[in-house]
Amino acid sequence: MTDLLKLEDFRVSFSTPRGDLHAVRSVDLTILKGESVGIVGESGSGKTVLSRATMGLMPSTATQTGSAFFNGTDLSTLSRDDLRSHWGTGMAMIFQDPLTSLNPVRRIGSQLTEGLTVRLGMGREQARSRAVELLDRVRIPDPLVTMKKYPGELSGGMRQRIVIAIAIACTPELLFADEPTTALDVTVQAQVLELLTELRAERNMTMVLVTHDLGVVAGHTDRVVVMYAGQIVETAPTKDLFRNMKMPYTEALLKSIPRLDQPSGQRLQVISGRLPDPTKTEPGCAFAPRCTYATDKCRAEAPPLTTAPNGHQYRCFFPITGAN
Amino acid sequence: MKKLINILTRLSRVALILMGATFLVSILVRQLPGDVALLINPVASAAERDAIRHELGLDRNYFSAYLMWLSQILRGDFGIFIFGGKVFPVIKSAIPATLQLIFYTQILALVIAIPLGVLSAFKQGTRFDKLTSTSLFSLASFPNFGIGLILAVVVGANLGIVPPSGYIRITEDLSQHFKLMLLPVLTLAVGPIATYTRLLRAEVIATLREDYVLLAKSKGISDKRILFRHVLRPSSTTLMTSAALSMGNLIGGALIIEIIFVIPGLGTQLAKAIGTREFFAIQSYVAIIAVFFLIFNSVVDSLINAVDPRTRNRRA
Ligand SMILES: Nc1ncnc2c1ncn2[C@@H]1O[C@H](COP(=O)(O)OP(=O)(O)OP(=O)(O)O)[C@@H](O)[C@H]1O
Ligand code: SF4
Ligand SMILES: [Mg+2]
Repeated sequence: MTDLLKLEDFRVSFSTPRGDLHAVRSVDLTILKGESVGIVGESGSGKTVLSRATMGLMPSTATQTGSAFFNGTDLSTLSRDDLRSHWGTGMAMIFQDPLTSLNPVRRIGSQLTEGLTVRLGMGREQARSRAVELLDRVRIPDPLVTMKKYPGELSGGMRQRIVIAIAIACTPELLFADEPTTALDVTVQAQVLELLTELRAERNMTMVLVTHDLGVVAGHTDRVVVMYAGQIVETAPTKDLFRNMKMPYTEALLKSIPRLDQPSGQRLQVISGRLPDPTKTEPGCAFAPRCTYATDKCRAEAPPLTTAPNGHQYRCFFPITGAN
Repeated sequence: MKKLINILTRLSRVALILMGATFLVSILVRQLPGDVALLINPVASAAERDAIRHELGLDRNYFSAYLMWLSQILRGDFGIFIFGGKVFPVIKSAIPATLQLIFYTQILALVIAIPLGVLSAFKQGTRFDKLTSTSLFSLASFPNFGIGLILAVVVGANLGIVPPSGYIRITEDLSQHFKLMLLPVLTLAVGPIATYTRLLRAEVIATLREDYVLLAKSKGISDKRILFRHVLRPSSTTLMTSAALSMGNLIGGALIIEIIFVIPGLGTQLAKAIGTREFFAIQSYVAIIAVFFLIFNSVVDSLINAVDPRTRNRRA
């Protein structure tokens, strides 16, 4: 398989009144064509910033350095117009909250056909029939009726299916799904994830699934990237990760998976402590203040990213050993 | 059934507002200084003066005098002048100029403020944005008639680009009509342009932060299309409400501007009527102005409903 996306020393910071906020600190990441990669991490670990910055969708307060190669082209060297030409057709994105991702004052039909007419140059009729096909594909009942509706008239699950239809309309090679199910009911969550997995397979689309829930990643990705405080701290094929977890942080995340036998929203165990202040850079391992395995070495020195012979990477001096 | 009740309550509310406004005016006009009877006929004898007062209802209490005017209205001639003649024909000939003045002003203000507001929001914090807001703010802090006089003297009289004052009907000479309207409309539009631009800029800045704008952007469509297809509409309800509310100011401004630029509209007639203490005519003019204000408001209400489906859902 060939590389589709390659990030090298990718960094993103924001200038804030409190100083520079480092949201992404030197990320190196390669995503292969056709792969499905999960990015997991707690809230604030930099998942959204990483995926949006990769596409180039950052506000002007953000500074990006390093490079992002998409199909061999360094996106950071492109003009705005050239970069835009990759959006929608090369890379597309789905956001967390379907209630806010659709324009409340425009009909579903016009939001869906826009990419088709503007980007693919389709005529009105052709775009309409393609839109109907797309809505049908994401299992919207009565596509023709739905096209005439406004987002406010539809449920959250329906809206997220429509957002998905919009995102895949121009057949992007790479789809970022940023917490696509977090805002949905549990049963709808499963359906939407299933739909994404199906679409990915039938279109040979590469997908980056961003979530804070390791449980979501388990059934729907080939590989997992664990982020903490703007860095990649562990990456491995999904099966390998669950069988042979190396990072204390990943272990803590796994223990915090919400369980169906618990009242909804309640977690088995929340990781105690907080993320380090993103405006500061402390010496040592970023997870040390919260890590049960931390030693003096961890507090003094930052662990490098280590690669095991099977390709499993982790950023820890004292990786967890043996199967659990 | 429910619809009918809705319409009826709306109509009765309109009637109440109209009666309230005109009744208030009927009280106010009677506070104008000087003996009206002497003003109308300086050599009138005591008996003649009493007769004039009687005709104007000045010997009655406020309420019964108001009823006098109301009965004239209901008869359909919109009141009568003390010197004779009906008010209705005067209103009919004065209204087009006033309505044109207000209508052109709103159009010009919107045509300038919409792109300016959207662009300065998009370029928030840049030189363009700062320059726009400072210059609009300083222009708008001048009083209307001051701008009017300066324009009339400098652009109109001295430079001679357009005629400084006067009015020609649109059917008579199209280009001359617009040339004459240019300066008064420009004068009136300065305030609304500043207000609309500021409001729209704030709304657009808020809308630009919405997820759906980012989604639209991630489809790879142009900034221009995003601004005018995705951002403008959800940002425009405040602007439209403000346009409706500024109607009151605009009417007031138009009445004064008419006098400066010698436009034979309602403002000119109103000034004349105040000067000659034509009480009933004054009330009729005010009533007509109020009617147009109310019509405009309900038009804007339904426009907002058409543009933003969220307001429709809110009622459900
Ligand atoms: N526009 C911005 N300006 C300033 N700081 C920002 C901005 N966007 C994100 N950040 C900061 O960047 C850091 C990473 O945020 P990010 O949204 O990527 O986290 P996340 O992993 O996606 O979390 P979540 O699960 O809550 O979505 C946070 O500290 C956040 O406060
Ligand atoms: S390096 Fe030390 S502090 Fe960091 S995760 Fe590993 S054991 Fe914990
Ligand atoms: Mg996020």
